[in-house]
Amino acid sequence: MLNFSLAKYLTIWLIVALGLVFAMPNALYNRVEAYNDATALIEAGQSNASIAADAELWPDFLPSNLVNLGLDLRGGAHLLVEVQVEDVHASFLEGLWPTVRDALAEERDIVGFVTREDSPATELRVRISEEEGATRAFQIVRGLAQPVASFTGGAATNIDVTIDGTLLTITLSDAEMVAMDERTIMQTLEIIRRRIDEVGTREPTIQRQGSDRILVQVPGVGSANEIIDLLGTTAQLTFNPVVGRTADAEASPGTGNILLPSLDEAGVYYIVERRPVVTGEDLENAQLDFDQNGRPAVAFRFNTSAARTFGDYTLENIGNPFAIVLDDEVISAPTIQSHIPGGSGIITGNFTVEEATNLAVLLRAGALPAELEFLEERTIGPELGADSIAAGQIACIVAGIAILVYMVLSYGLFGVFANIALLINIGLIFGLLSIVGATLTLPGIAGIVLTIGMAVDANVIVFERIREELRTAKGPARAIELGYEKALSSIIDANITTFMTAVILLVMGSGPVQGFAWTLMFGIMTSVFTAIFVTRSLIAMWFARTRPKTIEV
Amino acid sequence: MRLRLIREDTSIDFFSRARIWLGISVIAMVIALASFLIQGLNYGIDFQGGTSIRTDSTQPVDVAAYRTALEPLGLGDISIAEVDDPLFDEDQFVALVRVQAQDGDERIASETIEAIQEALRSVDPEMTFPSVESVGPKVSGELIQSAIIAVSMAVVAILLYIWLRFEWQFAVGAVLALCHDVILTIGIFSEFQIKFDLAIIAALLTIVGYSINDTVVVFDRVRENLRKYKKKDLKEVLNLSINETLSRTLMTSVTTLLALVSLFVLGGDVIRGFVFAMIWGVVIGTYSSVFVATAILLVLGVKRDWSKKDPSAGTRYGHIDT
Repeated sequence: MLNFSLAKYLTIWLIVALGLVFAMPNALYNRVEAYNDATALIEAGQSNASIAADAELWPDFLPSNLVNLGLDLRGGAHLLVEVQVEDVHASFLEGLWPTVRDALAEERDIVGFVTREDSPATELRVRISEEEGATRAFQIVRGLAQPVASFTGGAATNIDVTIDGTLLTITLSDAEMVAMDERTIMQTLEIIRRRIDEVGTREPTIQRQGSDRILVQVPGVGSANEIIDLLGTTAQLTFNPVVGRTADAEASPGTGNILLPSLDEAGVYYIVERRPVVTGEDLENAQLDFDQNGRPAVAFRFNTSAARTFGDYTLENIGNPFAIVLDDEVISAPTIQSHIPGGSGIITGNFTVEEATNLAVLLRAGALPAELEFLEERTIGPELGADSIAAGQIACIVAGIAILVYMVLSYGLFGVFANIALLINIGLIFGLLSIVGATLTLPGIAGIVLTIGMAVDANVIVFERIREELRTAKGPARAIELGYEKALSSIIDANITTFMTAVILLVMGSGPVQGFAWTLMFGIMTSVFTAIFVTRSLIAMWFARTRPKTIEV
Repeated sequence: MRLRLIREDTSIDFFSRARIWLGISVIAMVIALASFLIQGLNYGIDFQGGTSIRTDSTQPVDVAAYRTALEPLGLGDISIAEVDDPLFDEDQFVALVRVQAQDGDERIASETIEAIQEALRSVDPEMTFPSVESVGPKVSGELIQSAIIAVSMAVVAILLYIWLRFEWQFAVGAVLALCHDVILTIGIFSEFQIKFDLAIIAALLTIVGYSINDTVVVFDRVRENLRKYKKKDLKEVLNLSINETLSRTLMTSVTTLLALVSLFVLGGDVIRGFVFAMIWGVVIGTYSSVFVATAILLVLGVKRDWSKKDPSAGTRYGHIDT
């Protein structure tokens, strides 16, 4: 047992060497980070003298993966948002109404007049005037149902229809709700990503959490408010026909219309048709521009089909006003002066340059399909993070030295072996963290310090066992061998239980706690590896060379 | 000469006063639970919702002035605590301002946070805010839930593992010792009203892991000795096993504590609560694996001889027969 085969030696030390090579970039963190940024830029097709110089900072053949620093160490903003999927359900039903109305209107002889009744947002209620036409109306509306577009398939249709006398009630089917929620979340993720990318911060994390939540982490941002400003706007742009203008906030807009406040003029309300002519989804581009008076504005261009719809509408409605509506507020309501065929135009309002730029960004990135609710917000300043890193480093070094000294005092030469293994162990933890791309957080640093304390445990178990075996006087070689053999089951049992708690932490925890779980998990793995293999091969090599008659542990 | 924490051939009788130790543990647990039930934990915003702002100023913290500045905002319960740390610069004065979750407001209003910062700047215009954290009541409720689930899952997983690897008596002993550790840790947090947040849950789970680690090493030796000394009394075997592993138990506690204490002193105030929980846990965990887990094992008894039927099971069936 004490004599390893050469192949085993090589494997053990190769693993150690690999781990240390992967850990190495972290020792020169800033340098490697600069190198990584530079190579990323060069790949993206940019280059200049300073980028090229940065790219020379680190040899290409060496690994350049770094441990990610968590927000609590690097500073930045952390936001947890919930996507209000119910909004999408409501707007789908809203969009269904004109279709239902038109379909029923075609059979007016049988179903009579069709009116919409007030209802909660989760359903659409339609009243027909002819009771005899109820069955026919039911059939017509049922006929509007579409199969659900989802992966799970099945024969489900997207709407459920019930009829009670002359009242038709249309709701979304469960299958459609699931599919719709899924689409909404994916779309929201994509739009959040685009909006944050537009601002150009580095390495943002945008992650889905659970069924309807998204975690956004942006390093290096001074305040979460910046991100909230960016994400807090739905940027739902629509062009609606204007029905009227009023100063009465309580005015009844009439069926099919809505009352919207004006953005700039206090106390002014517009009654507009609920159904827009074109929407921001049809935009091809939007950018900062200036109107003829030199005030900031946003220039936009529609795609071809929307350009045609918009062109036709302007041709038919010359002299009538239409409203440019952003998130349920009327930005402006110009009168159509002439036919606008090209599908492009500008939006003017009382914008500052900054507001106009922001609006253009939001319009380009696309509207969020649903509003976001902010559930959690954390901003950590970069100085606090740097302080934490510095404190953690000092603590690590002091703890390390104390333990190294203590081990040598307790176990002499064997303590030295355990210490070498301990140093390798710390290197391996960093190597693993870099390879996996795990995130190091402040509790994670605590995890490393704790691991330093606990890492010697496996060695302690073995050494104590060797001591005991020596007492029964079997000769040093046999004692060492027995020590390892008998200690193994304790080491494995003890570490598996701790490992299980680390896994649970990783699964159940969030953010900083997960960082802790990573280091704890890797710490357990590497400490068992170093105790069973590294220390042992060190002892074996020493033993083979000196062949001592007696040993003291 | 080697440094030894204990003599090589210890033969301390750990069970002569087993009743006293168990009694102390039970009383301590009752006190801990009573404290938890009566005054409750000082939950951080993770678990209660609300906003916590760290302020950093070159002027000494004047709690009264901060409070006066924030009063007009009408934010309800505000707590202001000065933070002191040996690592701070000489003219660095830090405080934690905590505002409760606003009624019926899930969304964290950025305006509120800005208003608070504005108000505090009226005390010291140079003041900076190194960290701002805000958690809505919905999330905090879920965080409590998942924390409880995490701790329970860990305990159940350990129970299962020990049961599979040893006997059920070992599993019960280990888990009761764990509950002892967790209860006493929660107790000290409630008694001294130390802030209890997500990181403390991580600490709790680590304590669970550490304590089980210790217990398993002792149990492993018990199992080995039970096979080795078939004729010895269970009490003697337990005593022998604890004595044999005592050196390792203490050694590991000392190295772990060396690491934790240096982190406690030098690691900064942000993680001090977390590290405190772990130091306490290591001490309690070591105590419980030596005194509590084994004592429970002694009370429950262990099935020794696999060749014959369990004698106690036999008598039970005997009773039914008559």
